[in-house]
Amino acid sequence: MARGKGLSTTLYEWIDERVQLESLIHFMSKKAVPQHRHSVWYYFGGMTLFLFFVQVGTGILLTMYYRPSAEEAYESVQFIMTEVRFGWLIRSIHSWSANLMIATMFIHLFSVYFLKSYRKPRELTWVTGFGLFALVLAFGFSGYLLPWNELSFFATKVGTEIAGVVPFVGKFMVRLLRGGDDVTGATLSRFYGFHIAILPGMVTLILTIHVVLVQRLGMSVPIGVEKAAVSGQKPTRDVPFFPNFFLHDLLGWYVVIAVLAALAALMPWELGKKADLFAPAPAGIRPEWYFVYMFQTLKFIPAKILGMDGEVLGIMAFGIGGLFLFLVPFLDRDPAHHRRTRLFSGIGVFIVVYIIVLTIVGYRV
Amino acid sequence: MNTQPTQGSSSTATPRRSFLNFLLSTSIGASIVAIFYPVMKYLTPPKTGEPATASVVIPKGTELKNNSGQIFKFGSKPGILVRTPDGEFRAFSAICTHLECTVQYKKETSQIWCACHNGVYDLSGRNVSGPPPRPLENFKVNLRGEDVVVSKG
Repeated sequence: MARGKGLSTTLYEWIDERVQLESLIHFMSKKAVPQHRHSVWYYFGGMTLFLFFVQVGTGILLTMYYRPSAEEAYESVQFIMTEVRFGWLIRSIHSWSANLMIATMFIHLFSVYFLKSYRKPRELTWVTGFGLFALVLAFGFSGYLLPWNELSFFATKVGTEIAGVVPFVGKFMVRLLRGGDDVTGATLSRFYGFHIAILPGMVTLILTIHVVLVQRLGMSVPIGVEKAAVSGQKPTRDVPFFPNFFLHDLLGWYVVIAVLAALAALMPWELGKKADLFAPAPAGIRPEWYFVYMFQTLKFIPAKILGMDGEVLGIMAFGIGGLFLFLVPFLDRDPAHHRRTRLFSGIGVFIVVYIIVLTIVGYRV
Repeated sequence: MNTQPTQGSSSTATPRRSFLNFLLSTSIGASIVAIFYPVMKYLTPPKTGEPATASVVIPKGTELKNNSGQIFKFGSKPGILVRTPDGEFRAFSAICTHLECTVQYKKETSQIWCACHNGVYDLSGRNVSGPPPRPLENFKVNLRGEDVVVSKG
């Protein structure tokens, strides 16, 4: 009997006997995704995950040549860009992919927000997702310093100084982040540790919970679609995850690869000038685009408001904004009862418009 | 006869159990503290013990042209030496009081300017526009031949 079977069947049976693959395959074959006019938003989570894998892959490759010290970091990136075969490509893909990942993550976050997919029973999926959002921004911030160039040096100075505004623990946090009182080579070592060990570990843990929750609870159906289905006007349609949805996902990933390859090849990521601890901040300095709206706000805020430092109030306002987003499933209770609250949608629109307008202003001024 | 010892043991069982639970949870708590305390202490960078710089000499600092500025090292921090359009020398800490960027001299307006958030100081170090909340720290300037000696006021 066994002699008649192919090698793959024998191997499959061998594994199945030990780890019960059958139940997993059964689960996968039954898995379905709702199909409706908002389905397109489902793809951005998968795209973000795909770009995260690109980051892990290219990041590991970069560690083969990168040296995390103030004396050698810039030179090692220069070496990767100019001497190592395809080094320019790997580094450019790492940088572009980081930016695309943050873009798809913003889209994913706000699409979930506006479709109110955070409503019961998916509060924890939102909370873990928000945690991932914060961690990805921390990835961006810590990775930005690693080439040790002029722009990243000042961005890190300003960014870490902002942590000092936090009441009571601010000064301690600044020292903890910088590895001393100032941004120096010690900060670089520390940020390297955050970027390649601490943050990946935390992301892996939270991402696993996030993805397991998505699997357990299935995809959320928007309130309007759900209502139409309940009233019998328009029943929801499902498509199987395998192969239909998965193939669409795959198609999305190929689009991402094409965009990444085009960006990396046509616009290789620049390295800039090496950081000089004793040079003035250059004119036209600004952080990465996803922090520009905060940066621009800090530029506009006057030095003193009602006797308090303007920047403290500004940073506190951003903190409250972040806390609001984090807690939104617990603040907005109506969608769980199939009601849409205009207030929360309005706040969401305000946040998106604020980010877009201030970012545009930041690039124009 | 039979019920007596049972009653006795059940009345002592609960305190014993809760005592053991107390011991278990406090020892787990103590283990966590024993692990995380040194980790937190390890992560907090040590004070370098660098002696505070009282003064520095800028060699040939007097060669600085009128209406210009120059960054110099004041210990581990940047300072800025300024020569006003009238030829007077002044020195300040070059750390912007807003978010710690390094400032520069702006010839066009004869002001000290921070590029990060557009903070502006006059030639006395006073914050005159933009977000900086305080003036720049002022240093004393003395001329010694061709050199400029900058010291903390």
